[in-house]
Amino acid sequence: SVLPTRHPTMQRGVTEALCTHMAGEANASPLSIPSFSYQMKVKVLSRNPDDYVRETKLDIQRVPRNYDPTLHPFELSREYTRALNATKLERVFAKPFLASLDGHRDGVNCMAKHTKSLSTFLSGSCDGEVAIMWNLTKHECVRTLQAHEGFVRGMVVRYCGTSFFTVGDDKTIKQWKMEAPGYGEEEEPLNTILGKTVFTGLDHHWQEGVFATCGQQVDIWDEQRSSPIRSFTWGVESFSSIRFNPVETEILASCASDRSIVLYDMRESAPLKKVIMTMRSNTLCWNPMEAYYFTCSNEDYNLYTYDMRYLDQPVTVHMDHVSAVLDVDYSPTGREFVSASFDKTIRIFPKDVGHSREVYHTKRMQHVICVKWSSDNKYVLSGSDEMNIRLWKAYAAEKLGVLAPRERQAINYNQKLKEKFQHHPQIRRISHHRHLPKSIYHQTKELRIMKEARRRKERNVRKHSRPGTVPVVSEKEKHVVTVVK
Amino acid sequence: MDKVSKKSIKNCSSQTPESAELNPDEVYIDEAEVEELNAADENIICEEEDACKDERKRQRLLEAISALGGKRKRKLGERSEAAVQMSEFTVSGEGEKVNLSDLIGTIDKNAAIPAKTKKQLKTLQQSNKTVECPLSKQESERIQRDVAYQKAASEVSQWKGVIKQNQRAEQLVFPLNQEPSGPKPFERVLTSWKAQTPLEQEIFSLLSINKQPIHDPILTPTEEASLRAMSLEEAKVRHAELQKARALQSYYEAKARRERKIKSKKYHKVQNKHKRKEFLKQFDEMVKTNPAAALEELNKIELARMQERMSLKHQNSGKWAKSQVIMAKYDEGARKSMQQQLEVNKDLTQKLVTSLNNEEDSEIEEVSAEVTPAFVKDAEEGLDSSNPWMRGKLSAEPREKQTSDSVDLTAEGFGGNASEDEEDKHNVAETEEEALLREFDNRRKHRQIQEADTELILCLDDDDNEDKEKTKNAAEDLDTSDKEEELSQFTSLMQGLTDAHWDIEAEFAKTAADTSSQLEQSFIKIGTLEDRELLSQEDSAAEKVPVKPQLSTSTENPLPASPVTEKKRKRKRGIELKHVLTKETNIIHVPLAPTFRDSEDLDESLDQRQLIKEAFAGDDVVSDFLKDKRKQEDTSKPKLLDLTLPGWGEWGGTDLKPSRNKQRRFRIKAALPPPRKDQNLPSVIILEKRNSSVTLHQVNTLPFPFENHAQFESTIRCPMGRTWNTEQTVKKITKPKVVTQLGTIIEPMNRERLGKKLVSPGSQDSVKLS
Repeated sequence: SVLPTRHPTMQRGVTEALCTHMAGEANASPLSIPSFSYQMKVKVLSRNPDDYVRETKLDIQRVPRNYDPTLHPFELSREYTRALNATKLERVFAKPFLASLDGHRDGVNCMAKHTKSLSTFLSGSCDGEVAIMWNLTKHECVRTLQAHEGFVRGMVVRYCGTSFFTVGDDKTIKQWKMEAPGYGEEEEPLNTILGKTVFTGLDHHWQEGVFATCGQQVDIWDEQRSSPIRSFTWGVESFSSIRFNPVETEILASCASDRSIVLYDMRESAPLKKVIMTMRSNTLCWNPMEAYYFTCSNEDYNLYTYDMRYLDQPVTVHMDHVSAVLDVDYSPTGREFVSASFDKTIRIFPKDVGHSREVYHTKRMQHVICVKWSSDNKYVLSGSDEMNIRLWKAYAAEKLGVLAPRERQAINYNQKLKEKFQHHPQIRRISHHRHLPKSIYHQTKELRIMKEARRRKERNVRKHSRPGTVPVVSEKEKHVVTVVK
Repeated sequence: MDKVSKKSIKNCSSQTPESAELNPDEVYIDEAEVEELNAADENIICEEEDACKDERKRQRLLEAISALGGKRKRKLGERSEAAVQMSEFTVSGEGEKVNLSDLIGTIDKNAAIPAKTKKQLKTLQQSNKTVECPLSKQESERIQRDVAYQKAASEVSQWKGVIKQNQRAEQLVFPLNQEPSGPKPFERVLTSWKAQTPLEQEIFSLLSINKQPIHDPILTPTEEASLRAMSLEEAKVRHAELQKARALQSYYEAKARRERKIKSKKYHKVQNKHKRKEFLKQFDEMVKTNPAAALEELNKIELARMQERMSLKHQNSGKWAKSQVIMAKYDEGARKSMQQQLEVNKDLTQKLVTSLNNEEDSEIEEVSAEVTPAFVKDAEEGLDSSNPWMRGKLSAEPREKQTSDSVDLTAEGFGGNASEDEEDKHNVAETEEEALLREFDNRRKHRQIQEADTELILCLDDDDNEDKEKTKNAAEDLDTSDKEEELSQFTSLMQGLTDAHWDIEAEFAKTAADTSSQLEQSFIKIGTLEDRELLSQEDSAAEKVPVKPQLSTSTENPLPASPVTEKKRKRKRGIELKHVLTKETNIIHVPLAPTFRDSEDLDESLDQRQLIKEAFAGDDVVSDFLKDKRKQEDTSKPKLLDLTLPGWGEWGGTDLKPSRNKQRRFRIKAALPPPRKDQNLPSVIILEKRNSSVTLHQVNTLPFPFENHAQFESTIRCPMGRTWNTEQTVKKITKPKVVTQLGTIIEPMNRERLGKKLVSPGSQDSVKLS
């Protein structure tokens, strides 16, 4: 078969003829035509079908590649196109709203995550009469209780997940069992503690049977006792929120109505330090992965991330809301946090970035009072004035559920592409584009104008005064009044 | 006054029984306040009295009221309950003053107190210094807070390392304290499992009684003990081995001594011979197994050989040898001994042949030195250095030799090694053998006519004659003998051929020594061409195999011999765009006779070019490019600005041209732009204007973390997709920063993670705090 054979169809000038030579020879073999005056050699492509034919239909197509960079002169532009497509697709698939849980008969005032179960979720409403337990997978209410008279101010699940505590406007702290009462049993709290004053906030220790409340003073309670084991006062203020540090579990922080944030150590008899800001902070949240960072939501539309060791100025100022920020919660990975605002939106911020990466709103969502990030880092829950709890995806374009390996690879690749080309104007424009309600859009614009005006004025003042008399004050420094030792 | 009363009333009202129960803080009514209540307020208080149900309260109030009329009495604040908070202002200095002497007075009577303390107390009594006032409450609290804060901050900053590490981590997998996936030992999985059924319990009790293993490691206690004892056993074994080695050593020493004392020459001779044989055997093995050691041995042998060659030993030139020469005429023994001497010399001077590479090289060198010593010298003296052929190293020739050798080998091991193709060719060769022979003759005659140089003819004739003879022999053999014999004949034929070539080359070299370098070059070239022609006739025959490498070497040599090859060489350098595409195709005259197929690569490139030419016949890329460039140049040229307006200052009307004067005045020529950057680059167009459609997609400012453009560009440039990277690389590059597991709760950072790192709290990262 290797001998030179005469090929009757072969003619002079037939150059594009590619004869597949199935003789089993790997290389091209010359075919010579001795009788012709012109000898033409045709290189024959022959490939082993084993190299490219799949064994089964389910196999992945084998694609031979040559990675020589000289063969790919347009790699950058191709990747850019891919990145652009990925960004567009992300926006196409960004459908964050999952479900609305309705059942409350008044605005949702507080919520609590279950510490051991992802599907269980608790919420307390403003009419105070109800604390509801939700099954998130079924989007349905499992159980309701008459917890307090008046507002349910605070709510927290014990670290073991067997019971939860509520505080209300009726000056009581109540501990409830997580399980529903059996048939014939009455819904009764495990313990009730009557307080002297109204409690406005509540948090539980992450490892021990100790919880803290705040009202006119900050009290640390042992679960076994009816009186606080420690109470902190510093000046005459009332507190709006208190939080235990999840990492350094003995440390607490609280927001006070005198525009201050106060730090405590449970083991010490006195508070640690206080920072007074220009406006009041509503709530704060500790970073669950980084012991010394916490973020507070402020009335001045901003959020401030502080390093507890250096309180004299915040690490980052997070701006974007156009009204008071009412609540903040960190993602369990400690990389991002979600904030709820009076401007009827919730926003997601990376922990070290000044502007939000995401804003969620719906037409019917009113002032968002409380917000939580689910402990599997997948969902965000927001409770708002108009009696609904809304379930959102934490990553708007993320596909929920199990991913096939190739799917995951593609997603990872696209993610990296977006990251790589994030500074390119077109991609930036598309990825940053969000549709906002008219009011918020205009208010943002207005705020921007106001800020610019203020900046301009300051600049002019500086220009017309003696050098050094009007110093440049950075955004971070602006919002801290003093640090009280 | 009003205010005060209200305050007290408020206090009263808040004193509900539950709150009193809950909050043990006693609410004190300052005596002063109570005293200051006057009659005017009394009515209000009485009204409030009903509201306050507290008995004690009322009593106190009554007391206060009763006290209003009479003397101003001061009463100490009563503490009925343990209070957490006590006002510092409630403590009043009532009653008698207590002196130190009153307190100490009892000491003298008490014998239990040591004399030393008594003395100290006495000195204290005498001194009149007052103790410094303690810090105010605010200040002391402030200090307390500061200390507590410092402590907390230092405690917290222990996390710095972990946090930094997590921030820098390429990938974080949450939850953090996950166990590695994969198979686990069953003991770990089954730790909580307990024997529950009676059967299980029975089995486990039995196992425990017999000290059988339940958990890992699955070894009985005795086994474990034996394991532990193993070390002792090993030690024993080692000891024994050492003993044995020592004994053997002494034994061998003794033996060597004994042997050295033996005087018999014959014994030693035999011994030596035996040793050498052994050594050779070993050496051959060593060559295969341990070439490095073999090389060393070889060097040793080499050294011995050199010494032998330098010395006059065994050269039959000594006194004894001379006498033996004289005796040799008559004595058989003398002759034999001389022979022996020479043999020894030969043995020692003979070079050892092995398969090692460098050895081969040296051998080849030697051979070449033997064959062409004169040539080498001459070549080194007279010829240009750029020509490797003439550099005297003969880098090509030995290779030829090698190839021919290898060919021989393949031919010898034909049954196993030779491919099927060759067999086929052999079959063809059988049938056409005689025709071939005839052709040989013709070819030779033809060549004889052509040749110019007589010497060359001569040597080639010789060569051909040899060839002819051999092929004739082969043909005869083929007629008579069976196939295998044919094969062997062919191999011999091939050998002969290659040998002949070998000889030719050598002769060329010799002639080169005589004639000028130019001449010699042409000789070689022609010779090789001749060979090629000759051999191309035989391409279907078996000779093809040995000839091929030779020809390749001949084409390799870079001499500008014949115009044809020169042309080809030029082509080979690179396909130039213009030559290939725009110009008329070079018609290459292909000889009518079938070309030789050995110069494959040349042929190939030729064909390839033609193919390309035909494929892109319609495309005129270069002229297109040139047109493009011209257009670009034209657009960049400044344009004439014509501001002439018809009619102004002149007659108006149709078909009237503005006057030349006006034209000159109002036609403005723009200044010549700077020369184009691609002016001197014929195959490049450089666009000097910014392209607005591209700028839309370009980054105009350097993004934050990057420090310079190069950095940013380099990060952007490296591709990440699987089109440009291997699977593994892609996987590594596209690893997401954060990985979370579906449906698992991510717990906050745990102190356990720090515990591993924590050395001494607060020591590593002491934070300066304001």
